[in-house]
Amino acid sequence: MSDYRLAAENVHLWRGDHHVLRGVGFRVGAGECLQLTGVNGAGKTTLLRTACGLAYPEGGEITWRGENIRKDLHAFHAQLAYLGHEPPLKADLTARENLHYWVGVRRRIERQEIDRALERVGGEGWADRPVRTLSAGQKRRAALAGLTLMRVPLWLLDEPTTNLDTEGQGLVGELIDEHLQAGGLALTAVHHELRVSAEGLQRMELTLG
Amino acid sequence: MRAEWQISDTGSAVPALTAARLMVARDLKLAFRKRSQLVQPLAFFAIITTLFPLGVSPELPVLRPMAAGVVWAAALLSSLLALELLFRDDAQDGTLEQYALSGRSLTWLLAAKTATHWLLTGLPLALMAPLAGMALGAPAAAVPGIVGSVAVGTVALSLIGSIGAGLTLGIRRSGALLSLLTLPLEIPVLIFGARAMELAIDGAAYGVPMRFLGALAVLGLTLAPLAAAAAVRINLE
Repeated sequence: MSDYRLAAENVHLWRGDHHVLRGVGFRVGAGECLQLTGVNGAGKTTLLRTACGLAYPEGGEITWRGENIRKDLHAFHAQLAYLGHEPPLKADLTARENLHYWVGVRRRIERQEIDRALERVGGEGWADRPVRTLSAGQKRRAALAGLTLMRVPLWLLDEPTTNLDTEGQGLVGELIDEHLQAGGLALTAVHHELRVSAEGLQRMELTLG
Repeated sequence: MRAEWQISDTGSAVPALTAARLMVARDLKLAFRKRSQLVQPLAFFAIITTLFPLGVSPELPVLRPMAAGVVWAAALLSSLLALELLFRDDAQDGTLEQYALSGRSLTWLLAAKTATHWLLTGLPLALMAPLAGMALGAPAAAVPGIVGSVAVGTVALSLIGSIGAGLTLGIRRSGALLSLLTLPLEIPVLIFGARAMELAIDGAAYGVPMRFLGALAVLGLTLAPLAAAAAVRINLE
């Protein structure tokens, strides 16, 4: 088993006067998925953004493989994939073109790999349509295809099942399971429980301060 | 369940230059699919330089001494018009955030975006400037000087503008603030650019102001992408 592990220790973060994260801590290792739950405003998205280095905590530290992520942020970023609320896609490009440019900046990618990833999320029928013509669920599926193409150990997913139908929600669970099976780890912020296998699943609830 | 993919620490990471090339290719493709945004600064430049003789005088001897100033002021304002969009769309749809998290140098990627901005605004302006100049009385012999001064000067304008675009990223309707931030920094470019063009129109040697323009472009090239990347990171937080 690899030494992939993400940990947070006593993380504090303020947004103006609001103390959003109050001494948050967790530890996730390879093959594990941590589901963050909590009411709106509890700090799930903030914690995910802090964990991926987009937000700076005022106290505590986030470590990746035992080292503070700030020590080499570029190297850390090269090993993570983050999906926020909105799928990061250009409306005037097709789903296939989006994946080519989005994933292509990180790693060499063949057209066949993109085809397979889109096929995996049920995107054969709309892969060559401009993203602005796709439904919200199809955009989310295209973003999930991008996620699987990254080949990185750490997934940080903010509400990954938003806009997805029942089958799509099942697909998210399958993809996370496959990722954990491949030795990766995931941190997800969710309102509704993800359908992932119980093995390696951890839960943490954030509460309003 | 069998995993369908392999995780890799380094994978087949692409070199920074390849990532930058992809960024340029993407932005060019997007620009040609949204042609209205592409045409807007060029139309603005054409309108200013066309309206000016109507408001002042149709006599070429009257217009000729003002040609360099008019062409340069129009080029600067046109370049500024397109700057607001430099990072805004990418910030709104989340793709800028993905580039910041890509593990590739954001400085490189933003430098590539700025280069594309120049290709789509600065270069066409440089190619249009001789037409505007000649309509204002510039001789045909001045064409290389006119093209050269606008081409090199707009490189500096795009680079300086990228810092302002990064700093104002999180602000709605940032156009006015962007102008306030960048115009003072762009004045030296306007001065040396207009001077080089003026000398070219007069048939004199314009090497000295062109060297200053070149120096400003090189200074921008070394500092602006770093500053723009830092500004973007702050705004992504």
